[in-house]
Amino acid sequence: MYVAVKGGEAAILATHDLVAEARRGDPAVPEISVAQIREQQALACARVMNEGSLYDQDLAALALKQSQGDVIEAAFLMRAYRTTLPRFGSSEPLDTAAMAIRRRVSATYKDLPGGQVLGPTYDYTHRLFDFALMEPQQAPSPLGWGEGMPRDAQNAGSPSVPSSDPASPGHLLPQGEKERAPLDATMPRVPDILGAEGLMEAEEPPEGDPRPFDLTRDPVSFPADRDVRLQSMARGDEGFLLGLGYSVQRGFGGTHPFVGEVRVGEVAVEFVPEELGFAVDLGDVTLTECQMVNQFQGSKDVPPQFTRGYGLVFGHSERKAMSMSLVDRALKARDFGEATNYPAQQDEFVLYHADNVEAAGFVEHLKLPHYVDFQGELELIRRIRREREERLAQEQNAMPEAAE
Amino acid sequence: MSQKTPRQSWMATLARASRAEIESLLGDPPEHDLLKAPETGTVMVEGRAGGAGRRFNLGEATVTRCVVRLSNGRMGFSYALGRDGRKARLAALLDARLQDEAEGSGLHQGVATLAAQQASARDLASRKAAATKVDFFTLVRGA
Repeated sequence: MYVAVKGGEAAILATHDLVAEARRGDPAVPEISVAQIREQQALACARVMNEGSLYDQDLAALALKQSQGDVIEAAFLMRAYRTTLPRFGSSEPLDTAAMAIRRRVSATYKDLPGGQVLGPTYDYTHRLFDFALMEPQQAPSPLGWGEGMPRDAQNAGSPSVPSSDPASPGHLLPQGEKERAPLDATMPRVPDILGAEGLMEAEEPPEGDPRPFDLTRDPVSFPADRDVRLQSMARGDEGFLLGLGYSVQRGFGGTHPFVGEVRVGEVAVEFVPEELGFAVDLGDVTLTECQMVNQFQGSKDVPPQFTRGYGLVFGHSERKAMSMSLVDRALKARDFGEATNYPAQQDEFVLYHADNVEAAGFVEHLKLPHYVDFQGELELIRRIRREREERLAQEQNAMPEAAE
Repeated sequence: MSQKTPRQSWMATLARASRAEIESLLGDPPEHDLLKAPETGTVMVEGRAGGAGRRFNLGEATVTRCVVRLSNGRMGFSYALGRDGRKARLAALLDARLQDEAEGSGLHQGVATLAAQQASARDLASRKAAATKVDFFTLVRGA
């Protein structure tokens, strides 16, 4: 007989109080502000915006504060909030060629137009603790350099390039040079350079430049087209995509990738409101784009060409953009008639498991009461054991006769 | 967008301005009706595969919009990233007034100043990035 039970309201209310206390930590330590998280934990905010699939730096910071820094919980808050908002429409497609670049590197061309711009990166740091950060730092000068401050003092709050001989040609900021000319207003995307030679798989909109599929509105079916795959990965879990991208590199779907380009910077978002009928510039979003160049494909009509993997994500999120581009290329296996033996090449596997909010929901629902389910299991295992004992007893009885 | 109209340009400038900057530019808000009260929603941001190929949905962004009408009937619009309803309302009022005022008026000059400040912030960021541009040099071997 099933007996419905209720209860737990008081316990749940008490846990809300307790989690608020746990979140606050030691009240003797000043409370962190949302603005502090937004400004000083921007990379965490970027991850929350990506996995929450909503660009809003303040909300991402609030989500991190509210979730005690639990990124997946924070992404869940973003997703939940998003569902309460009306959608005004879709933007014009972003023009990443017009990005205001802060960082742009290529592993395929040393001397590419626009140059190698390292920007703010941890890539060349030694991964040694900067114990100076244990104490509040002096604010950097408005320029971030120069103005008579010793370089070490300005960089105390950020990973500094090891001081080297200022006369050495590789030094980033020779003494006496307070500022440089700004970067080129636009920089060619590396695959376009290869494309001009016909060496790169063409990337053109399909006939009629159709509206993209939206997996937040329509159920996904398989095989999934590229627009579905890219949307799914853009909101997918960084760790999951990193693992899959790594698996591709290790031979579980090898494509021999090169970073054609990684670029980070700001891009304007344009939207055409119906009532105005012209494009309105809504402001800038920070984006990271990765163009992965992979080994060749050709056909009887097309001579061998490099193939592309593409990654585009919110905020400064290089690891995510690179992982996405590796898996994007792996998922093209079917389009190119390649074998699809490995997880990263199988769209159903990748798309169904990339979403960490869904995954966490299904894994963590196991914590919820399953009392009735489990009662059934208990009855089943008791019956199996009883039947086994009866069968053993019967065999025991039959044995002596067989031995005679 | 290759070439912006003057109105597109000032709307772009106002979208990037802070609420405080818009408040000080507008001064006392003129009398107006709210045709569309400030409303926060989202716009689905689209990218293109490879940067130039098939469109795909990157993710949404919060956007706040507002539509006002001045007592002379002029309508003003504001659409900008973020969730600041007050900023949206004041920016819509500015949009209406900028349409009414002659080019070169104080208000237009004020917007031009804001645009110049935004351009110089972009220029500074670009110069800082340029300081991290690599100058390759060749090591001479066996000399």
